[in-house]
Amino acid sequence: MKYLILTKLNKQIFATSIAFMFAVCFTSCDKDGSSDFLDREYNLIWSDEFVGQYGDLPDSSKWTYDLGTGNDGWGNSELQTYRDLPDNVSLDGLGNLVITAMDEAFGGSPFTSGRVKTQGLFTAKYGRVEANIKIPFGPGIWPAFWMLGSNIDEVSWPQCGEIDILEARGQAPSIMYGSLHGPGYSAGTAVTEAYNLGNDRFDSDFHIYAIEWGEDYIDFFVDDILYNQVTAEDVAGEWVYNNSFFMVLNVAVGGGFAGFPTTGTPFPQRMLVDYVRVYKEI
Amino acid sequence: MYKLNNIKAIGLLAFIIVALAACKPDEADFKSPSFSNNPDVFMDDFSSGLQYAVFQGASFSAFDVTSEVTYGGSASAMRFAVPDVNSSDGSYAGGTFFVGDGRDLSEYNTLSFYAKATKSATIDVIGFGISFGEDLYEVSTSIDVNTNWKKYYIPIPDASKLSSEKGLLHFAEGPENGQGYTFWLDEIKFEKTGLLAHPKSTIMGGDNIVKLAYQGIAVNIENVSYSINQPDGVFKDYNIQPGYFSLTSGNESVVQIDADNKIKIVGEGLALIRGYIDGVEADGSLTLNVQGSFSSAPTPTYDQANVVSLYSDHYNNVPVDFFNGYWEPFQTTRSEDFSINGDNILNYVEFNFVGNQFSNPTVDASAMTHLHLDLFIPVAVQSSTSLNITIRDFGPDGTDGGGDDADIIESFTDLDLTSGIWNSLDIPLNGLSSKNALGLLIYEGNELPNFFLDNVFFYN
Repeated sequence: MKYLILTKLNKQIFATSIAFMFAVCFTSCDKDGSSDFLDREYNLIWSDEFVGQYGDLPDSSKWTYDLGTGNDGWGNSELQTYRDLPDNVSLDGLGNLVITAMDEAFGGSPFTSGRVKTQGLFTAKYGRVEANIKIPFGPGIWPAFWMLGSNIDEVSWPQCGEIDILEARGQAPSIMYGSLHGPGYSAGTAVTEAYNLGNDRFDSDFHIYAIEWGEDYIDFFVDDILYNQVTAEDVAGEWVYNNSFFMVLNVAVGGGFAGFPTTGTPFPQRMLVDYVRVYKEI
Repeated sequence: MYKLNNIKAIGLLAFIIVALAACKPDEADFKSPSFSNNPDVFMDDFSSGLQYAVFQGASFSAFDVTSEVTYGGSASAMRFAVPDVNSSDGSYAGGTFFVGDGRDLSEYNTLSFYAKATKSATIDVIGFGISFGEDLYEVSTSIDVNTNWKKYYIPIPDASKLSSEKGLLHFAEGPENGQGYTFWLDEIKFEKTGLLAHPKSTIMGGDNIVKLAYQGIAVNIENVSYSINQPDGVFKDYNIQPGYFSLTSGNESVVQIDADNKIKIVGEGLALIRGYIDGVEADGSLTLNVQGSFSSAPTPTYDQANVVSLYSDHYNNVPVDFFNGYWEPFQTTRSEDFSINGDNILNYVEFNFVGNQFSNPTVDASAMTHLHLDLFIPVAVQSSTSLNITIRDFGPDGTDGGGDDADIIESFTDLDLTSGIWNSLDIPLNGLSSKNALGLLIYEGNELPNFFLDNVFFYN
């Protein structure tokens, strides 16, 4: 459960990040993944550009699936069943991974969708993790690009840690969120920052969602904007991110974060992922 | 409540200009060589050159400017007092705000405003694009308002079309459940927003329609729709004019699209016509199957003495009130009547129902035995295609209604109707209890979007 609550801590961070925003507004992340302002240099160590034929499933050497409904809709009262069918997860032949949420009853759920992950195939510890994504839209649609601690099966959630690089609520397509969930600061007390695109919408085009991550810090970016910086001192509990994490891409329908879809929610809804890239700092 | 679905039908050319003190011409804009790109309609006052005209039949006193209720502390807002039903002042509130010299709105993509009301209500029509001209680019919708200020958008489907737009805001709203109320609009302006997304549109109802066509008979796209996603992620539908669609022809030897974006038939054969708005293809298409020469309906053989004719080039016709009453609110039928080789033909497009009224005077058909009609269907006849024709006698009071009318209804199905030829229909009047004060024919169709009609007469 990942409710947005702006804590006092977060408000301070927001004030700080506003200053950074002005500072880094026009400093771009170069193609090699460096951030000029933060003067970091990165090398690409893993990527999926989603090149393939229309209708193909994504590369099975890089992605696996969460299937079904999990417990209590993946812990969030989500309404979809996840499947590994091309209807829900496939390449579009144009260089994108497409995750499609459909208004289609299946397996006792009113909706179907897809959730892919690198668990057991690839984990990252530190570096720059980014994806170029065009998000879906509509009330109750909850797209996400996020990471979970690879020790989740041993220590469970939230002790494993969760890094949300992108979350959005389809009823507010101008706003995206980046969050950290860990022991003592999960769900409604997660460390969360929102970024509002202003007179534009995240579902109108592709945007690059990224973190730059090192020992005891995680910086959150959307496009070239550094909109939040979190350090070990900022969280109200243990810093669990000096560890390896796997990546997850999914589109949920309903659930506590986005609320119920409505009769006005357009279906099908597609999240397009142009690429996912992971860099290691030099 | 008297809903409006076609403002033109209530008398576009019958506007009554209401001179308001607030109409202030701006010296700076006067006779400027290019059109003003001023985005403001009403911020704290009438924008430069803005005038107001009341729609025919609407309340004269419905509109004024107020400083009592405004959005965000602005100096003033527009106030609209919707009259109670049967108000002596007018049955609804409606009018248009326009400028004499058009505005260049091509750099914007929406009209926006804030609205609130004294109670939850639905404003039937609100939009822009109605002035005194052809109004090729009207956009309108209905909006739900309540007691809180909320921002609303009327999108411009393709702003490149609006290089000289005069109609900046119009509205029409009747009482809610018979009761009047008040609503306010403020901060009305054109702007370029990124908050509307994923526009989609249809022509021909989103279907792929094949239509017979002939040189000399104009054909237009019809049954258009437009929808765009709102800032809350939900689509909203808008009524737009076909003029927003840029058309393409798949066969230039049969159909060409002229500089005015009109369909021009240049040869025989098939041509697929598609529509685009701002580069985005509309769902649906029109395929014209252009035939050789058009054959007129069979020449009637009855003597004039045995005929009372409503519509025919072969007889003297009695006075007819109208061949299309544009009945609100549910009629979609428009008339695109034409004349070919001297033959006048009625053409009903987007047909769902229509009436021919002839009550001044009513027709005494007591000596007549049948109604005759010639019907040409240029589109495919489906298994579900049907047409009901009602013949109504107005009774002793000579008017529609009043409890003394008599009807007969004749039904035609797909078995009776054939596409591409003239179908001669004859309906016996012997089922009609009274036929000395006939006043109305009503046509109601199913899966019959278009037909031509000729030689409508009673005979014996």
